[in-house]
Amino acid sequence: MAGGKIEKYKSDGSIGGNVLEWFDARFPATSMWKEHLSEYYAPKNFNFWYFFGSLALLVLVIQIVTGIFLVMHYKPDAALNANGIPIAFASVEYIMRDVPGGWIIRYMHSTGASAFFIVVYLHMFRGLLYGSYRKPRELTWLFGVGIFLVLMGEAFFGYLLPWGQMSFWGAQVIVNLFGAIPVIGNDLSLIIRGDFVVGDATLNRFFSFHVIAFPLVLLGLVAAHVLALHETGSNNPDGIEIKANKDENGIPRDGIPFHPYYTVKDIVGVVVFLFVFSAVMFFAPEGGGYFLEYNNFFPADPLKTPPHIAPVWYFTPYYSILRAIVWNFFGLDAKFWGVVAMGASVVIFAFLPWLDRSPVKSIRYRGPIYKTMLTLFVICFVVLGYLGTQPPSPVGELVSQICTLFYFGFFLGMPWWSRMDKFKPVPERVTMK
Amino acid sequence: MSNQGKMDCGRRRLIVATAAVGGAGAVVALVPFVSSLLPSERAKAAGAPVEVDIGKLEAGQMMTVEWRGKPVWIINRTKDMLDTLPKLDGLVADPKSDVDMQPAYAKNETRSIKKDLMVVIGICTHLGCSPSSKFKAGTEEGMQADWLGGFLCPCHGSTFDFAGRVYKSKPAPTNLEVPPHVYLSDTRIMIGEDKKGA
Repeated sequence: MAGGKIEKYKSDGSIGGNVLEWFDARFPATSMWKEHLSEYYAPKNFNFWYFFGSLALLVLVIQIVTGIFLVMHYKPDAALNANGIPIAFASVEYIMRDVPGGWIIRYMHSTGASAFFIVVYLHMFRGLLYGSYRKPRELTWLFGVGIFLVLMGEAFFGYLLPWGQMSFWGAQVIVNLFGAIPVIGNDLSLIIRGDFVVGDATLNRFFSFHVIAFPLVLLGLVAAHVLALHETGSNNPDGIEIKANKDENGIPRDGIPFHPYYTVKDIVGVVVFLFVFSAVMFFAPEGGGYFLEYNNFFPADPLKTPPHIAPVWYFTPYYSILRAIVWNFFGLDAKFWGVVAMGASVVIFAFLPWLDRSPVKSIRYRGPIYKTMLTLFVICFVVLGYLGTQPPSPVGELVSQICTLFYFGFFLGMPWWSRMDKFKPVPERVTMK
Repeated sequence: MSNQGKMDCGRRRLIVATAAVGGAGAVVALVPFVSSLLPSERAKAAGAPVEVDIGKLEAGQMMTVEWRGKPVWIINRTKDMLDTLPKLDGLVADPKSDVDMQPAYAKNETRSIKKDLMVVIGICTHLGCSPSSKFKAGTEEGMQADWLGGFLCPCHGSTFDFAGRVYKSKPAPTNLEVPPHVYLSDTRIMIGEDKKGA
């Protein structure tokens, strides 16, 4: 499938054909089209779990386009206007009330942020179901973890911009997390903030990161993620390599061209997704206080933390893990270990390809141990996520400690428990269930 | 490397030297970018001391003023509030204020210059939220039955007593910070300045 083998486009004599021939002689248009779409052979047994990759791409486009238009009206300025309201906060209200169509663009962007994480979490779960991270797709998985990390940064920076109470105090807490690192911590949080407290300098640099630096890195990583995937070929619900069984033309017998088969299939996914997305955007843009938190409709007040502060839902599992650590170890205080646990809970996903030692990839051929462990992991993740939205309580603390223990046990014990399972024989060819 | 087995060492040294000089230049070019992230001169110049009139602060009341962008609480503690402090010595992490979170003149039982008047920065030493006042003992304000009154950080549940001392086994590592302050008169405090003058 290397680009060199593909012949250049030859004109049929028409004007359009001549233009295309001229273009293709100077740019790898035909070869790229074939390599990544019309002659990219994807397994024929994809199920609905395989929608979420293309949906993530769709949401990325939605976020970039709506973002471009929001920046035309938004002002990253923490100074107070004549009415005593911070200018940044007032400019978001201006977008919502006075800019024609501004409200829907803003709701697309805020709903898009939550949709991004829903889609990405489901996309990652698909990887856990079918062993998509296993050899030879480790690098695709690592780029994916990179995308996830950058996405979290992007969401965090973006959340400060409306300059509401949750924006302000959320940023205050997360920036102070870096202060827990011994020796360099305080200087590091000073460099991130650009001031001794979260203020105008912080708002402006977060704006710069949110609209320029992180989106650029994100686009690069997305390209790398897709290129690495197309190098190895896609996994499938049976977790078997379709490239192992090719016909006389070198085409996998269980593969079908991505275009038109999966482009059309993905359009079905897009239609269903946009139904749900539009329903949220028009009827519940605040997502019950989970997509847009109610306290963020108050302008930032550096003197008063809202009585109940919680991050947006997609960060709450990690936030719960942070809160669960209340003990000092090795002369370093709980604050530091909480931050370490929180960071580790995200980064640990990167090690999955090497932690999983099972002889089969897909859950279809794994035994009860994996099914139980994965179910418990999902339950723990959801429980941690729920507890992270709740005020601290002794019962919640204990439950989050148990869940945190299991969360890390799932990963760190995997080299042992993933081998002990009862496995079913893996078929030669993909199955169409 | 060259697969002919021979290497032009002089040329190779030149390549290494060029790469090293170029690399050093690239590192030096980072300096203005990193330094631009540090607090600006204007940010450093801000943070002048604040003068506060506490004449109207009744016993049991608390007021909040802004100093260097942070909330500073001034609490006029009643005798009941002060009486809770010795009882809590066993429950707080640093009863004697050994960790340097206060000027020397506030390193005492009540962590204050005047016994009843507490001046403290209302920023949790965990991750910088501002704790809420839970002055009423017991469960009235959603606390445990054995609660004697103090502050609860809404972010991660750290609790503090009326002297800003943190309870044991809470995420906050130290007591709340007492800022430098000085009494200009009985009813006026200057926050951000010591007796020595800055």
